[in-house]
Amino acid sequence: MFTPHTDAERKEMLTALGLNSIEELFSDVPQQFRFPALDLPKGMNEMFVREYVEGFSQANISTKEFICFLGAGAYDHYIPSAVDSILRRGEFFTAYTPYQPEISQGTLQTIFEFQTLICNLTSLEASNASHYDGATAAAEACITAYSHFHGKRKKILLSSAINPQYREVVHTYLSGIQDIAIETILDDQNSLPDPFAIEGSIDENTALVMVQYPDFFGRIYDFSNLIEKSHQKGALVCLIVNPIALGLLKTPGEMGADIAVGEGQPLGIPLSFGGPYLGFIAARKELVRKLSGRLVGETVDKDGKRGYVLTLTAREQHIRREKATSNICSNQGLMALAATVYMSLLGKTGMRQVSNLCYQNAHYAAQKIAQLDGFKVLTPEPFFHEIVIQCPTSVEHINHHLLEEGILGGYALESVYPDLKNCMLLAFTEKTNKEVIDVLCDILKESDHD
Amino acid sequence: MTEPTIYELSSPDRTGFLFQEPNVPASPLPKDLLRDDLPFPEMSEIDVIRHFTRLSQLNYCIDVGFYPLGSCTMKYNPRINEEMARLPGFAMSHPLQPIETVQGNLALMYQLQEWLKEVSGFVGITLQPAAGAHGEFVGGLIMRAYHRSRNDLKRTKVLVPDSAHGTNPATSSMSGFDVINVPSDERGNIDLEKLKEICDDCVAGLMLTNPNTLGLFEEHLKEVIDIIHQKGGLVYGDGANFNALLGIIKPGEIGFDIMHFNLHKTFSTPHGGGGPGSGPVAVAAPLIDFLPSPVVGIVEAGDEETPPLYGFINPTQSIGRMKAFYGHFGVLVRAFTYIAMQGADGLRNIAENAVLNANYLKHLLGDTYSIPFNRNCMHEFVAEGFWDDAPGVHALDVAKRMMDYGVHPPTNYFPLIVKEALMIEPTETESKQELEKFADIMKKIAQEAHSDPELLHNAPHNTPLGRLDEVKAAKELVLCCWIPPEE
Repeated sequence: MFTPHTDAERKEMLTALGLNSIEELFSDVPQQFRFPALDLPKGMNEMFVREYVEGFSQANISTKEFICFLGAGAYDHYIPSAVDSILRRGEFFTAYTPYQPEISQGTLQTIFEFQTLICNLTSLEASNASHYDGATAAAEACITAYSHFHGKRKKILLSSAINPQYREVVHTYLSGIQDIAIETILDDQNSLPDPFAIEGSIDENTALVMVQYPDFFGRIYDFSNLIEKSHQKGALVCLIVNPIALGLLKTPGEMGADIAVGEGQPLGIPLSFGGPYLGFIAARKELVRKLSGRLVGETVDKDGKRGYVLTLTAREQHIRREKATSNICSNQGLMALAATVYMSLLGKTGMRQVSNLCYQNAHYAAQKIAQLDGFKVLTPEPFFHEIVIQCPTSVEHINHHLLEEGILGGYALESVYPDLKNCMLLAFTEKTNKEVIDVLCDILKESDHD
Repeated sequence: MTEPTIYELSSPDRTGFLFQEPNVPASPLPKDLLRDDLPFPEMSEIDVIRHFTRLSQLNYCIDVGFYPLGSCTMKYNPRINEEMARLPGFAMSHPLQPIETVQGNLALMYQLQEWLKEVSGFVGITLQPAAGAHGEFVGGLIMRAYHRSRNDLKRTKVLVPDSAHGTNPATSSMSGFDVINVPSDERGNIDLEKLKEICDDCVAGLMLTNPNTLGLFEEHLKEVIDIIHQKGGLVYGDGANFNALLGIIKPGEIGFDIMHFNLHKTFSTPHGGGGPGSGPVAVAAPLIDFLPSPVVGIVEAGDEETPPLYGFINPTQSIGRMKAFYGHFGVLVRAFTYIAMQGADGLRNIAENAVLNANYLKHLLGDTYSIPFNRNCMHEFVAEGFWDDAPGVHALDVAKRMMDYGVHPPTNYFPLIVKEALMIEPTETESKQELEKFADIMKKIAQEAHSDPELLHNAPHNTPLGRLDEVKAAKELVLCCWIPPEE
């Protein structure tokens, strides 16, 4: 299939090497371990493998047939056809990391444009070529802050309104650093955790204050004051942002934040059961040398023609080895390409439109759900495109009901916030318009009567 | 040939995608929370398609030709993989759907876990890591968690051979260990005597790439592993070079404790211009409980009539979560498709041909290029890109000249233990003719190095751009094509 040699050619090659059999090439492998049997099914040709793999795909329910109100870190947006059409170009997807700039300008300029778009989206000055996902970008931001202070400030403050999975990843990533303290401040929760509860804990030992915007419950706040207070204590501030929200909303840079990170999946990347996605990170220019991951910079070639190269590579593992800022080696090249094509297509107008559609649909839904008997909307104004609703019965029960009607219901919050009993997080996008919200509300109403 | 940037192509009020107007009653926007201008480009769909198509044409790629980048395993990326990953049941499923609605995804992941364990000889596995380096980080944290669970807190050191990938020492230090270098001997193996000297009961483990970055199988592999084990350390296998070992040896059987896979190398998923990769990590029995959470398992046993129910399980002493959700699922589908097509015979055939190709190419070049540590190699080998009688010509010049002949240069200046290294990995998907063509190009360049060194110094000549000024890039640090001027 994918190995072209004929038996005759193999033989010719072996003869040239002075060998009788291919097994002789493996004489360094200890004999008692050599050539083990592999207990795998017999190989299939393409026609059969297609049928086989399609069987797995068909065993799923997907957002192709079902309406999706799930969000909580991954969002069901429409992906314009142009995005995948570019992604399918072999020149992009079968290329390696652009170590040879003379023959990699396509990838390099794309990343350079990606960096520009992320900077302009967040109003910050320096973006890298991407991280694995939003959660790992958040963890890398913590390491950036820690190394910015040369390890002298040892506290990272996390708002309890940050996506719980992101907080878990931060904890795992930093678990190798002995003396670092990660604090998540919980207030007496009456309803939703207060993102400003961390304010009292900011001190001279704080390296980074991290909040989410919109937060995990959909709420939006102007963090300018919190940022100013953090800066007074000398701490850096990182906002975890949703890129679609920034089509409309005040930016991290406008609020004075030092770093912004986020999940780029909403920018033209399929849900794909959680990955591959796209982490982005942008920071003030002063922090650029402490950023991990790849950076692309503009330069000229020997004839003075504009071109792009990987730059500041001296921070990276292949040069610095154990002294590198991170062990990160790859980026999410192809996903960054998808996001760059998506943002270029939508442009100034489209980004605002999609952001506004999400906002409007969510607000319509909140008003309608608030009127249903037994249901309560816990997310207060202002919010962006996600809301927490409290249901009269268990989320599982309601979601089961919705599923029978072709709807993927919201995310059950109780598993991660035990106080939020019977609460679900619902997300709205340009795909969840008035008709489907009305259907949702009708079914919610019925589900109460079972 | 320079392509304008998206900002240079922008024209006011254009857009490349038309959204519908909201059909819900309008809600007022939060006035105090709106951004100023959104400084984005404005382009129509055809502007965008043409721009990125033209950009694509400035890239070299596997689809165009030979890409012998050592340690990167640039094999052909089968097209069926791409189609399977895009099936709506996979690509359009949300990661937080109830498990009953994603049994196809979970069954596929479970099956892939079983297959990867079988080819590597381990008993536990996580598919979560996003790339090889991410997998190494998982391995480092597992080592740490394992020793700590035994209250063995004195183990602060990780041993890393001097031939290792740069990610190995970087990972070790991110995982909280001090890095101790281990030298190689004159045959390219780990220096056993030195290893015995260095290894004590403060060693948490050894990170070992096998075959190593010289493309050589460690000749005293069992002894190396035993030395580490005798002192209570763990042996981590960097699986970057696993392509050479499919069906040849199971690292778990010979004594490795942890190993990561690079699905984007060994299992044919595309490199994508730098990602996404996927770096599952397999472990031996004593380490299963430390795997990142969650892993895919059977949560309700099936019987003759009903299939089992697949779901997520959190290992009891897990190091924690390494990323959001469960891994690069789309990449997993591609690797799964590839393994299903190969079966056991196909996998061994891959390793055999990869190793045959590397040895054949080494043989073809052996008269022209000096090859240190010259014994039977595995999937790659390292040549020296300089000649005593062609002073002033460096590996970089040789590499750049290759572009003029339409091939991608090998990895250069790595591994660090070879002077002017050219690290060549042909992979199994190249034909005999392609290898011979490449060898002829390499020989031609060697001649040019002697007869017309300037030709090499100024190379490449036939590429979209000539050599780029990297010093200027780092000094002036222009990272964006356009940002709004400050007011």
